[in-house]
Amino acid sequence: MPAPIRLRELIRTIRTARTQAEEREMIQKECAAIRSSFREEDNTYRCRNVAKLLYMHMLGYPAHFGQLECLKLIASQKFTDKRIGYLGAMLLLDERQDVHLLMTNCIKNDLNHSTQYVQGLALCTLGCMGSSEMCRDLAGEVEKLLKTSNSYLRKKAALCAVHVIRKVPELMEMFLPATKNLLSEKNHGVLHTSVVLLTEMCERSPDMLAHFRKNEKLVPQLVRILKNLIMSGYSPEHDVSGISDPFLQVRILRLLRILGKSDDDSSEAMNDILAQVATNTETSKNVGNAILYETVLTIMDIKSESGLRVLAINILGRFLLNNDKNIRYVALTSLLKTVQTDHNAVQRHRSTIVDCLKDLDVSIKRRAMELSFALVNGNNIRGMMKELLYFLDSCDPEFKADCASGVFLAAEKYAPSKRWHIDTIMRVLTTAGSYVRDDSVPNLIQLITNSVEMHAYTVQRLYKALLDDISQQPLVQVASWCIGEYGDLLVSGQCEEEEPIQVTEDEVLDVLEGLLVSNLSTPVTRGYSLTAIMKLSTRFSSVNRIKKVVSIYGSSIDVELQQRAVEYNALFKKYDHMRPALLERMPIMEKSASNGPTEIVQTNGETEPSVVEPKHLPPVTQPVNQANDLLDLLGGNDVVPVIQNTMPTKPASAGGELLDLLGDLSLSAIPPMTAYNKNGLKIDFTFERANPNPNIAVITIHASNSTEADMTDFVFQAAVPKTFQLQLLSPSSNVVPALNQGTVTQVIRVLNPQKQQLRMRIKLTYTLKGSPVQDLAEVNNFPPQSWQ
Amino acid sequence: MQILYIHHLLLFGYVFRLNLLKLPVVQATTLKMQFMLLFSRQGKLRLQKWYVPLSDKERKKISRDLVQTILARKPKMCSFLEWRDLKIVYKRYASLYFCCAVEDQDNELITLEIIHRYVELLDKYFGSVCELDIIFNFEKAYFILDEFLLGGEAQETSKKNVLKAIEQADLLQEEAEAPRSVLEEIGLT
Repeated sequence: MPAPIRLRELIRTIRTARTQAEEREMIQKECAAIRSSFREEDNTYRCRNVAKLLYMHMLGYPAHFGQLECLKLIASQKFTDKRIGYLGAMLLLDERQDVHLLMTNCIKNDLNHSTQYVQGLALCTLGCMGSSEMCRDLAGEVEKLLKTSNSYLRKKAALCAVHVIRKVPELMEMFLPATKNLLSEKNHGVLHTSVVLLTEMCERSPDMLAHFRKNEKLVPQLVRILKNLIMSGYSPEHDVSGISDPFLQVRILRLLRILGKSDDDSSEAMNDILAQVATNTETSKNVGNAILYETVLTIMDIKSESGLRVLAINILGRFLLNNDKNIRYVALTSLLKTVQTDHNAVQRHRSTIVDCLKDLDVSIKRRAMELSFALVNGNNIRGMMKELLYFLDSCDPEFKADCASGVFLAAEKYAPSKRWHIDTIMRVLTTAGSYVRDDSVPNLIQLITNSVEMHAYTVQRLYKALLDDISQQPLVQVASWCIGEYGDLLVSGQCEEEEPIQVTEDEVLDVLEGLLVSNLSTPVTRGYSLTAIMKLSTRFSSVNRIKKVVSIYGSSIDVELQQRAVEYNALFKKYDHMRPALLERMPIMEKSASNGPTEIVQTNGETEPSVVEPKHLPPVTQPVNQANDLLDLLGGNDVVPVIQNTMPTKPASAGGELLDLLGDLSLSAIPPMTAYNKNGLKIDFTFERANPNPNIAVITIHASNSTEADMTDFVFQAAVPKTFQLQLLSPSSNVVPALNQGTVTQVIRVLNPQKQQLRMRIKLTYTLKGSPVQDLAEVNNFPPQSWQ
Repeated sequence: MQILYIHHLLLFGYVFRLNLLKLPVVQATTLKMQFMLLFSRQGKLRLQKWYVPLSDKERKKISRDLVQTILARKPKMCSFLEWRDLKIVYKRYASLYFCCAVEDQDNELITLEIIHRYVELLDKYFGSVCELDIIFNFEKAYFILDEFLLGGEAQETSKKNVLKAIEQADLLQEEAEAPRSVLEEIGLT
């Protein structure tokens, strides 16, 4: 058997391939050669073959058959073999496969090897990919090496310990003694990694943090080291553009941050050194700015005196003017973090921040936008809003939704006048109307209702906007609602704020009917316009025209529209005497929560009981004694069309009867159900209610496999309607054993704040006997107790 | 089938959560480098170092997506971007992109310095390093990286010391490969 070709040779050959197919052919040929070489247990060339395999793996080709070979290389005595073997292990093995555990013994031996470079390889591999089991087994060895006087090994052991602690936090304690004199080392490598280790321990455990603060006097030590770094002259070994070991400086600053947070004494002890670093660091290159940045972060997080904080903010302000966009980005990020606590200081840089809205970089623009909103207050609202509206006009679509929401929020809080507020809203609706969030429609409606003196002006402006453009749904919805409410003001030409327009009833009805038939209108919008038309029956005189429209839609294909039209028809026919009262002007609405899920609770002057309304339906009062007839029309409350995201109106007094209809809602025992049963795969759902939040249903899926082969790479995915939120926790495994020998379980948490009927679509993928299988299914048979 | 499925989902407004793509972010609040990728301007991977446990399939998907995202960036944009729940720090050196993914609390500017230090190390080792060096000596590039970073953190801040360690290890490798007969010849079995 000729010697396998060398690595470089192979790379050269593969690079000559002109097509993907040619490359694949070469790779397959070589893989075959490598495989047979592996089968022959060839020790001499194993290393070379694995190296080639790693190259091919990087190109994207499968290399799993080399995993065991890597282990053999690691076990070899030759350094070359070990080097490639450990590299291969880090690239090809992952802790989710049991085969990686075979490394443990080799690593243990190598950690005690006589050659430090071999020990180094073992530490590196353990610290990079060690699983929790491996870490548990080998923590003792790592701890031993942490105490060695060999700085080459000590620094590696420190970082390895960091990894062990991340994987198995309970083992933190055992490393504590070894940290005793880590900081008295001269070697920067050891210093740096020790600081990382101490940082990890302090962050993970408040006890450790307290211990290091008080008992070990860590802060003075760190301050001393940092001082030496800054004050000492040029040190060629650690110099970066005139700064001595910036990496170490940054890590020390970070550890100081953790130690000083919420601790007066520690913060005081580091005040001077922070001021020193902040003023003395050279800022012409990125490295200096990196240190300054870390310093600023530390100053802002600890209990620093106000002078120092102002210094920090000014540094950030200077960053904002830096030519380097990376620095600007970083400044904006930090300012965003500090704007709550140091509002006034940040305000001073407002104009620079607003300028950043015009930056070309997307990330910078986003941060500038967020920061701008944070800086808006009663004094600068007019100026800021001008800039922000201009930004809204010209920004990318990805920003528009957030910007629009931000504008609404800011306008609500600081509007200098009602007219200004309405104008601002109009501006947003007309320029970014299609990006506005769904919940802003009811919020705006509420706002408009409550600005009584502006009704005429508002409805006029909205009407004019509709004439221009009916494609932006939120605008159209708000406009329809207003026209429905204030149409009488519109036709009577009563506007004070601006020149009243001359418009007839028929023209208004034309516009509203136009919305009903337009392709651009969504079903929700159509609902709004139909209701608006209905309301105008008590405000306009052309009642016959309205009756005609309403009766046409009584046979609409759209169930939602049909339902409304039928109800409204009933109003015309059987309950005409009540129509004026039912459709009269809306009273002022009380706000239950600002920007929260909108439950507009209506306080009606009449004695009839109030009705709780869901989001999109305009509220309509219903007298109690007619409730039952209406319930008949509605056909009960069980079937909720999920797509429309609405609920049929429920008279409150009939609430008790409804609850009785649905039976006793005992939450304790929810029966399990079978969600899926096909091709031998069966998935059962078991339920429990999450304490203390009754809106969360915790579902555990149990997947079992009755076929004679295992189902591997099993992945369960689930999707729920928009009103729900879903959280999928990790599965117990991704292999469903054959012949019902075991189950795979996975926990799903479903948040259902609107108590809507739970529906789920699931997607199952697995591999059975080598071929991939995929299936989709709907799960509709949830027991009512799971979502009520 | 796949396309229909997604369309189906959008139609009914279902929110789809793919557990598979959830990057396993380590529990701690400490900053950590999750992975480093080196790739060419055509999107070919030249080095991939992973500091978090992910299957081969997941790694491939992440690499593919991230490489495409970065290659789509214009030259005037800043070196940082938010991607999934990570922060990506990247810089192009000649024909190679060096890209690190760090967890959110990190100092991006010092990560740029880490990248720069690695490039300097490669440069010193290979003597004016170019992409071809890294292609033909990828294993050396890994060895150098592993002497500079461990578990995503810098283990040695002195350029000299990293290069010295590599030099010594290389020497050890050469000795290991020396034919037995030479040693015997000198009289050192």
